[in-house]
Amino acid sequence: MEFLGYRRPDGRVGTRNYVGVLSTVVCANEVAEDIARQVDGAVSFTHHQGCCQTPLDIRRVTEVLTGLGSNPNLAAVLLVSLGCESTEIEKVVAGIRAAGKRVEVIGLQDIGGAARTRAEGTLIVQDMVAEASRAKPVPCPLSDIVLGMKCGSSDTTQGLSATPAIGRASDAIVAAGGTSVLGEITEFIGAEHIIARHAATPEVAAQILALVDRMESRAKAVGCDMRGGQPTGGNIKGGLTTIEEKSLGAIAKGGAAPIQAVYEYGQQPRVKGLVVMDSPGREPEILTGLAAAGCNVIAFATGRGAPQGFPFVPVIKLTGNARTWEHLRDHIDMSVAGIIEGTESLPQAGERLLERIVAVSSGERTRSEITGYTRAMDIYVTGPVI
Amino acid sequence: MRYDAIAINNQDNVATALRVLQKGETVLVGVGDGTMAVALVEDVEFGHKIAVHDIATGDDIIKYGEVIGRATKKIPGGAHAHVHNIESLRGRGDLE
Repeated sequence: MEFLGYRRPDGRVGTRNYVGVLSTVVCANEVAEDIARQVDGAVSFTHHQGCCQTPLDIRRVTEVLTGLGSNPNLAAVLLVSLGCESTEIEKVVAGIRAAGKRVEVIGLQDIGGAARTRAEGTLIVQDMVAEASRAKPVPCPLSDIVLGMKCGSSDTTQGLSATPAIGRASDAIVAAGGTSVLGEITEFIGAEHIIARHAATPEVAAQILALVDRMESRAKAVGCDMRGGQPTGGNIKGGLTTIEEKSLGAIAKGGAAPIQAVYEYGQQPRVKGLVVMDSPGREPEILTGLAAAGCNVIAFATGRGAPQGFPFVPVIKLTGNARTWEHLRDHIDMSVAGIIEGTESLPQAGERLLERIVAVSSGERTRSEITGYTRAMDIYVTGPVI
Repeated sequence: MRYDAIAINNQDNVATALRVLQKGETVLVGVGDGTMAVALVEDVEFGHKIAVHDIATGDDIIKYGEVIGRATKKIPGGAHAHVHNIESLRGRGDLE
């Protein structure tokens, strides 16, 4: 099985060929958006960080912007800066350049205001798109897929259909030598001892338990017990009996492959196979984290129908809920409701999803791309805004 | 083949009802890659679980091929398996 992708100078493969206009700080968002809007083939990334934060979070913002700019779905990158922010722009530039891409920076305070920055940035991005458009997609093996996985807006069907279907597709990609990234550490709570048993080594198991502990400790520090009240009264009424069961339904996305490594939020995996990345479950932060980690396609299970996509990584939505499929057609890419209706087996659904991942990676557009619902993005930070 | 309840893994001893199941009917359960027939000994709501065979007190409850809890009493095959006869090994939110 092969897909048609854009092989980049660093060897990674893009499933899209955009020019990225990345805002380096919340204060430059409007200009970055305006520039991308004026150039066909350009997309912007905006967020609410980059200034008045702890040194730890500033380092996070710097690293995540570097990861996003290095994502193989971007052919070239323009960074739009204010000028006085804390984001370490030289490091971002050096990191993206190391991936072998053209990267330039323009700043409002340097050039002299939004209008001039828009004009100059637009000309640079037009030029970048002209260059990028010369790239031709080439056949690539499944081992070049870096699949991000996510579930959200869940229902009773999800843990029985859409998430295990993603698990099957993930297993196939891993077996073919590809990479699959499991985030949403909050979903591990209650089943972390089981997930840890899927670790390839005792060190990885200890890292998984430490991630869960850190996530819980952060919540406890502000007086919130994330374990309390789980499963909820509503969950129990719906048929979920224990917290282990609830968490397993979510992490069924990871399939049966062993977990090879654990990474911090937005870090690029250095190994192939199934890996775990620290991240919360909320859409903007996890989609951004998966993109920064270099995921070139994302599979997203949703029972009730989550609409979110991401600016430059295609997000394939699948649901096991027949009503959601009929009702939210402009947000959902495929139905695996046949599993719930007893008309399709889980292996068949997993195989169909794998085919869809290959098609989308080769250029087939997702519903969120077609509808333009692709602005779910922000960088996950853990400290206070100062 | 249209089944009435589903278990994800071949080792699972509980399956989730895909419709309202009624006492007395024999239902088709998809288990892993195969199927089995189970006679219902009580009514079970959509989304709730049934035991696919007899489960002894103290036995592990297996779903997704993993332990999701322990039987607090004997659960006959075809019976409703839920909070009244299963306890978490990790605590339960609505009681603690």
